[in-house]
Amino acid sequence: MKLQRMNRRALSLGALAVSGALALTACGSDDTGGSSDSSASSSANASAIKCDDAKGQLLADGSSAQKNAIDAWVKQFTQACSGVQINYKGGGSGAGVTAFTQGQVAFAGSDSALKPEEVTASKSVCSGGQGIDLPMVGGPIALGYNVAGVDNLVLDAKTLALIFNDKITNWNDKAIKALNPDAKLPDLKIQAFHRSDESGTTDNFTKYLIASAKSDWPYEGGKAWQAKGGQSAAGSSGVAQQVKQTNGAIGYFELSYVGDAVKPVTIDTGASAPVEATVENATKAIADAKVVGTGKDLSLELNYATKAEGAYPITLVTYEIVCDKGNKAATLPATKAFLRYLASEDGQNVLTSIKYAPIPADIIAKVRTTVEGLS
Amino acid sequence: MDITTQHVEAPPPAPRPKQAEQKRAARGATRPGDRIFLGLSRGSGIFLLVIMAAIAVFLTYRASLAISKDDGNFLTTFEWNTNLNPPVFGIAVLAFGTVVSSIIAMVIAVPIAVAIALFLTHYAPRKLSGLIAYVIDLLAAVPSIVYGLWGALILVPHMTGLFGWLDEYLGWTGIFSWDGGAPRSMLTVGILLAIMILPIITNVSREVFRQVPQMHEEAALALGATRWEVIRIAVIPFGRSGVISASMLGLGRALGETMAVATVLSPTFDIQASLLDPGGGTFAQNIASKFGEATTQGRDALIASGLVLFVITLLVNGAARAIIARRKEYSGANA
Repeated sequence: MKLQRMNRRALSLGALAVSGALALTACGSDDTGGSSDSSASSSANASAIKCDDAKGQLLADGSSAQKNAIDAWVKQFTQACSGVQINYKGGGSGAGVTAFTQGQVAFAGSDSALKPEEVTASKSVCSGGQGIDLPMVGGPIALGYNVAGVDNLVLDAKTLALIFNDKITNWNDKAIKALNPDAKLPDLKIQAFHRSDESGTTDNFTKYLIASAKSDWPYEGGKAWQAKGGQSAAGSSGVAQQVKQTNGAIGYFELSYVGDAVKPVTIDTGASAPVEATVENATKAIADAKVVGTGKDLSLELNYATKAEGAYPITLVTYEIVCDKGNKAATLPATKAFLRYLASEDGQNVLTSIKYAPIPADIIAKVRTTVEGLS
Repeated sequence: MDITTQHVEAPPPAPRPKQAEQKRAARGATRPGDRIFLGLSRGSGIFLLVIMAAIAVFLTYRASLAISKDDGNFLTTFEWNTNLNPPVFGIAVLAFGTVVSSIIAMVIAVPIAVAIALFLTHYAPRKLSGLIAYVIDLLAAVPSIVYGLWGALILVPHMTGLFGWLDEYLGWTGIFSWDGGAPRSMLTVGILLAIMILPIITNVSREVFRQVPQMHEEAALALGATRWEVIRIAVIPFGRSGVISASMLGLGRALGETMAVATVLSPTFDIQASLLDPGGGTFAQNIASKFGEATTQGRDALIASGLVLFVITLLVNGAARAIIARRKEYSGANA
C-alpha cells in the first residue's frame, strides 16, 4: 500500500471534514437565538436579577425538553451577572440525575421527579440533606398532524389511544368523523409517529392516555414507548421532521415544533369546548396539579384527566433538582441566584415567548420560598 | 500486505547463529539504553493487556448485573423496558436487525465495490481512475451523522418509488410486501449502509487488484484471452482473499454503525417479515437512542447488549479468517 500518498490524502480530507463539521455545528447550535432575542427585549430588566456574591462556573445537565428555556434564561442571567458561567448540557433527564447523584453538577434538570432510590443516592452528595424537585418549566405537548386539506382537527383521549395503538388506521374512520363532522377527512392511512429514544415527553403523553383512556391503552407507561406498531423517530425534532415530511402522519412533541405543515390537534377533554394546545391552557392544567412532594420537595402530580374549562391536559412539567441542604459552598451562591431568577416573575415571563408554560402563581410562590432556604 | 513479494524468490534464510546472537542481545541487554528500552516496551505491552482485561471485566460485570435482574429472557424477549421494576429486556430484535441490515448492505455493496475496483484498475484511463479514486476516498471521509441526515431528508422520501415497485412485483414473497408506511425500514438502512461501506471495500479491493503480477496477465493474454477472461482467470482468483478481507472491514463498519441507522430507521421492538415495513432495530442504534435517558439499570442493560454485538463481531471475523485461510492455498496469491 502506498501509505505516504494515502496519508497525505487522508490529511487533506480530514481537514475538509473538520472544516465542514465546524461549519455545520456553527449553523446547528444556535436555533434558540431568534426566539430568545425577542424575550430579551420584552423582559430584559437586568437590575431585577440579584447576583449577590455569585461567581464562578455552574455545571448542570439533564432534560433536553427544557434546554431551550434554560438557554434563554442563561442568556439573560449572565448579562446581569457577568461573573457567572452556566453550562447546561441537555444530555437527557437520566444523564442529569446520574450526574447529580454522583456530585458532578450543581443542579440537574429532569422531566420526572426523583425516585425514592435516587433520593437515597442523593444523600451521599448533599451532606445533611437530600435532593429535591423544584418545578420550574411547564410545556404543552402538542399532537401535530399533517393531513392535506384538514386544517382543524379535534380528537379525544380514546381516539388518540386507538390511533397510537394501531386500532384506528385510516383518517376517514367513523370515530374521527364523529368528532369532526365538518372536516373533509381523506381516505388515507394514518402514520402514527412516536419517540424511538426514551423520553419524558413519551412518559407524559402515555400518562395522559392511561389517565383518560385506560381501557384503550393497556400499557404501564414510562419513558420507553410500549405499544407495538406505528413508526418512530429520534428526538422531538426527529418526530416533528417525519410528520412534516409524511402526508397522513401524526406525532407528539413540544409545542415549539409545531409549524407550517404541522398543525396541532385540539383536544376534546370533556369540557364544554375542545381545548387548543397553547401555553396559557397548559398553565391552567398545571394549576389543577397537586404538590405530592414531602418536606421541601415540590414534585407535582398532574391531573391528566382534567375536565377544567380551557385546561390542556397533555402537559409536561420539568424540574430543577438541587440539594435542600449541603450544596457545595463554591457553587451555592450562583445556584441560588440562578434559581431565584428562574422562579422570579421575570424569569417565568421569559417562558411564554418561547412556547413554554410558566408555573402557576401559587406553586411558583412555594418554589421561591424553597429556593431562599437552600443552604 | 506481503503479496508483492510472493512471486519473487524468497531470500535465503539468515544464518541461524546470527539470529540467536541478536536474540540473546535483546534479552540479556547489557547497555543501559537497551535495558531502558526493553523495560519501556515490555511495560507498555503489559499495560495494554491490563487495560483490556480491566475493560472486559468491567463490561462483563455490569452486563451480568443487568442480566441477573432481567425479568424476561435476555436472548428471546421482544421488549426493551429497563425502567420497569423488575426490568424486561431482550436482544432478539436487535440481533436480528443488526444481522439483516448488514447482510443487505453486503449484498448490495460487495459486487458494486468489486466492479468499481476492476474498472479502476483494468478499464479506466489513468487520469479518470485517479479522479474516481479520489471521490471514493471523499465518500469514506464523510461523517456518519451526515449520511444519516442525508438518508432521512433525501434518501427516505425518494424510496417510495422503489418500494412501490418491489411491492407490486415481488410483494407475493412476503419479504417485499409494503403497507405504504414511510419507507424507514431495514431495506432503506441496508441501502444507506451499503453506500457507507462502499469506499472501504473499493479501496482495499483496488489495492489488491493492482498487485496482480503483470506476468500472470500477460501470460493469459498470450494464450489469447480477452480482457474479461484475463480478469476471470488471473485477476479475480488472485484477489479473492483480499476482497474477502475488504468485505470484512466493510461488514465491521456496517455492524457497528450507529448514528446513520438511528436517524434513518423507524425502530420498534418487533420483527417484521417484510424488509419494507418500518420496524426492527440494531444494537448500536438502540444504545445511542436509549443511553441519554437511561438509569444505572438501563445503562447496564445497554452494556450487556453491547457485549453481544462484540461477540457477534468476533464470530464474524473468526469466520472470515477461517474462509481466507482455507482459500489461500487455491488462490493466486500462492501460485
